[in-house]
Amino acid sequence: MNTPAELKYSKSHEWVRMEGDEAVVGITDYAQDALGDLTYADTLQEGDELTVDGECGSLESVKAASDLFSPVAGKITAVNGELADAPELINSDPYGKGWIYRVKVTEVSPELLDAQAYDAHCASESH
Amino acid sequence: MPYIPHTSEERDAMLKAVGVSTLDELFADIAPDLRPKAFLPEEGMTEQEVRNKCERLAGKNAQTLSFLGAGYYDHGIPSAVDALSGQSAFVTAYTPYQAECSQGTLQAIYEFQTAVARLLDMDCANASLYDGGSALFEACTMCVRQARNRKKVVVDEGVNPIWRKMLATYSRNLPMEIVVVPHKNGAPDKEALKAAIDADTAGVVVQNPNFFGVVADYADIFEAAKNAKALSVIAVNPVMQSVLKTPGAMGADIAVAEGQSLGLPLNFGGPYLGLMACKKAMVRQMPGRLVGRTQDKEGRTGYVLTLQAREQHIRRAKATSNICSNQSLCALRSLVHLSLLGPDGLVDVAENSIARAHEVAERLAAIPGVQLLNDQPYANEVALLLPVSASAAVSRCMNSAHHTVPGYPAGRAYQGMENVLIVACTEKQSSASVETLARDLARAIADVRADEAYKARG
Amino acid sequence: MQTIFEKSVPGRHCKGIGPKPSAKKAKDFLPADLLRAEKPKMPECSELDVVRHFTQLAGRNYSVDANFYPLGSCTMKYNARISEEVAALAGFNRAHPMQALLDNGKSSQGAMQCLYELERSLCAITGMKGFTLQPMAGANGEFTGVSVIAAYHRAKGRDRRIMLIPDAAHGTNPASAAMAGFTVVNIESRDGMVDPSAVKAAIDQYGDQVAGLMMTCPNTLGLMELHLKEIVALLHGIDALLYYDGANMNAILGKMRVGDAGFDVVHLNLHKTFGTPHGGGGPGAGPVGVCERLIPFLPSPRVGKAEDGSYYFLPEDELSIGHIGPFYGSFGVLLKALAYIWRLGGEGLERVAEYAVLNANYLRVQLKDVLDEPFDRLCMHEFVASAPHGMHALDIAKGLLERGMHAPTMYFPLLVHECLMPEPTETESKQTLDEFCELLREIIAHGKEDPAWLEEAPRGLPVSRLDETQAARQMKLTEDL
Repeated sequence: MNTPAELKYSKSHEWVRMEGDEAVVGITDYAQDALGDLTYADTLQEGDELTVDGECGSLESVKAASDLFSPVAGKITAVNGELADAPELINSDPYGKGWIYRVKVTEVSPELLDAQAYDAHCASESH
Repeated sequence: MPYIPHTSEERDAMLKAVGVSTLDELFADIAPDLRPKAFLPEEGMTEQEVRNKCERLAGKNAQTLSFLGAGYYDHGIPSAVDALSGQSAFVTAYTPYQAECSQGTLQAIYEFQTAVARLLDMDCANASLYDGGSALFEACTMCVRQARNRKKVVVDEGVNPIWRKMLATYSRNLPMEIVVVPHKNGAPDKEALKAAIDADTAGVVVQNPNFFGVVADYADIFEAAKNAKALSVIAVNPVMQSVLKTPGAMGADIAVAEGQSLGLPLNFGGPYLGLMACKKAMVRQMPGRLVGRTQDKEGRTGYVLTLQAREQHIRRAKATSNICSNQSLCALRSLVHLSLLGPDGLVDVAENSIARAHEVAERLAAIPGVQLLNDQPYANEVALLLPVSASAAVSRCMNSAHHTVPGYPAGRAYQGMENVLIVACTEKQSSASVETLARDLARAIADVRADEAYKARG
Repeated sequence: MQTIFEKSVPGRHCKGIGPKPSAKKAKDFLPADLLRAEKPKMPECSELDVVRHFTQLAGRNYSVDANFYPLGSCTMKYNARISEEVAALAGFNRAHPMQALLDNGKSSQGAMQCLYELERSLCAITGMKGFTLQPMAGANGEFTGVSVIAAYHRAKGRDRRIMLIPDAAHGTNPASAAMAGFTVVNIESRDGMVDPSAVKAAIDQYGDQVAGLMMTCPNTLGLMELHLKEIVALLHGIDALLYYDGANMNAILGKMRVGDAGFDVVHLNLHKTFGTPHGGGGPGAGPVGVCERLIPFLPSPRVGKAEDGSYYFLPEDELSIGHIGPFYGSFGVLLKALAYIWRLGGEGLERVAEYAVLNANYLRVQLKDVLDEPFDRLCMHEFVASAPHGMHALDIAKGLLERGMHAPTMYFPLLVHECLMPEPTETESKQTLDEFCELLREIIAHGKEDPAWLEEAPRGLPVSRLDETQAARQMKLTEDL
């Protein structure tokens, strides 16, 4: 399982990378592996407002569907358009080409974990 | 016991293996005071007794000469439909979850989806829904879901009143507001429909031909809906759809239909078949099952249930619908029916029905006091204005020697239309049956008038 | 195998299978702008083309008639031929449902009597006081039932929005509750049972917002709920209603009546318990029964019997939830169930439950040493077991298919790891059950030795395992898409 040290993580398996006052958001390697081959990413649109822990779309695989929860609040400034035709990017490169939203951040969830704590969280969940 | 194969020796050996001594011990987990004090008192019957009883009951249903439609039509069914769809490998299979041993059902559904999408001229269709009315409701939920924060659904009053009643029942506890736009003497009031579409409108729903038989082009209504960012739903008659302008050509987003007239008997109300087709952009909002084509490891073509993440067994309370089954066997019937008739046969059915309805209209309008309700174009069903209560005339006719059912009295569902009779035709009716209808209706009208005159005299 | 559309030959037509072409065409009656531009592209085939195609397709299915089909929670029992025969009688088949409404049933007395007798029989079987036969499937029955619950509370002037649903419930339960406007609150199971203390906790938390509880009994693990009375009392204590999901009714026929046990609303799956065929996924029928005080809320119309023995439609109650189906239900399916009930009678139905439960327990003990069974107690009509350690339920399922038997339900309920759920039903013989056990042992033994062999199963069927991910991504849903 790949958990880059420079990112922050939510307990619902989203990752956040801060870039100035913007955040890039995606789902973790652990999450994509648990969901299996993704077939569809149902995302919000550019300009939509996110709230901390608010629902912000869902991901579908053949046998499962999983809601996305936002680790930050703010306005979506970009949605990864490539996911529409290639949701498998989330499987192959969850922290790179598989990013989901870019958000102009007004608030970051105070409960985000660092990589080590997130790994521990995953370990406890899989028991 | 019927259908239980165990001999008493086998039963005892099995009880022993399980470690109990009587069958009843197997139910030890049911508290003694929950055991029933009464149950079905009747004894079982032999096959022949069941056959006799059913034949007697079936014989109690009167044979009629019927011109009743109201969304459900008595079209001919090719002989091979029963034979092919009745094969036990189709009849006694379950939902095709194990794809490798269900390719028969799965390919048939894929072909059905193709047939429905082509007939309605839309991108894709689902594996079927329960019936036309529930399909209409599901279409409305698609509109509301797609439009997110809008809740209003504008429904033309010319949509089948049975389906509108179902829609009201189904939407009762949902954030969905049904706004009915009154018809104008049996025809759609297009200006009122357009006026009803506003910024809170999620969808607009019309029917073609409408309940009064009127055929129209709703492209302008759908254009207005589109401009207001609302979706368009059209309910159609699938047989007439072989000749009438298509939902696709009108620009509808979703098309639904009662599929009964494609090879299903009337059967006193079911089972029927809900058809639903939509544009590709809406496919993930569709309720119910979908079959898709794919390949196995050897590269062979095969079919599977797909996009299941929409469905209740995965999404539970957030599913697009609670529907679990489709009407698989009914869908198969309609596919076989369409395959046997082919494009020409289907058009022949539609055109014969249309021609007969026009013959009926001409013949009945020749009865003194009877006229067409309006001058709108119609297909296989036509609304007539009688000089007396249509209900009363229908009752008289049904008591005639031929047990003629001349049509549907519109007053049952539409206030102020007590004298309107809606007459439906299929290709099965002959000129002779039209003649019988005309004679019986003329006599019934005369009798009702005489009654009224008698009553008026006190 | 080619599709019927690929087999189509332009210009081929099975003359005379429809009517003769009409002398007057649609364009003679309707303006061109109301007409279709070109004919729909339906298959153009001979009758034999069509017959052969659908006969070959039928050969690519497993079915109860040809294969053991122990699909848990689906009750794949034998479907009696007499039911098919009587449901095809022309006197029923040709009846236009609207006709009966026009003369209050006078010219449809035979069909009316069938509806009436089925309702009375279902009442006697379940202990409920009234039934609607309208719902067109099990899930449709669930929606009807929870709509009745919503209407009941509304009539009492209450705003109750919460439906309690055990975590092991079928997905239709929460989906149906949501369609009736309810918010679903999950009740966690304990030892495979609905836990009364969890129910009590939910009631303490949500109090008079709780509208009801939906229960499947025996539950989806195949176990009888042991705390029924306690749970009923808890719900009735706040005038919330108990819903019985009849998916597993086959197990308790004649042994418990849900009406006597305190359930207020019940749906039955006639295509499970009452032997009507599943048809590859429908049509089914899901009648809903209710206790006395809920009768006014049932959908309309229902059939009554007059003193002179004739049948008529009961007037619609102003409290009725309305129309769930267009008329009186899937009549053809209802007839098949009625014929089945007539064949078996009360005693026969009780035997059904006894032998269904005997067969399931027999399988359970025979398979104890090969499968991991989480509950070491009597099961009802079905049981759950985990695939042996290191093996996948999916692979075992596919191994069974390869050998000509249908697989048990797999991966449901989710609470059980690598779950397999066999439901043999009462119509299967000891010989078939023994064969199944032997086959399963063989597959598991072979698969343990050679996992790759099992992962390749099934071989010898029209297709091997299919690429479902490709299907979902490409969305090839029609020939034209």
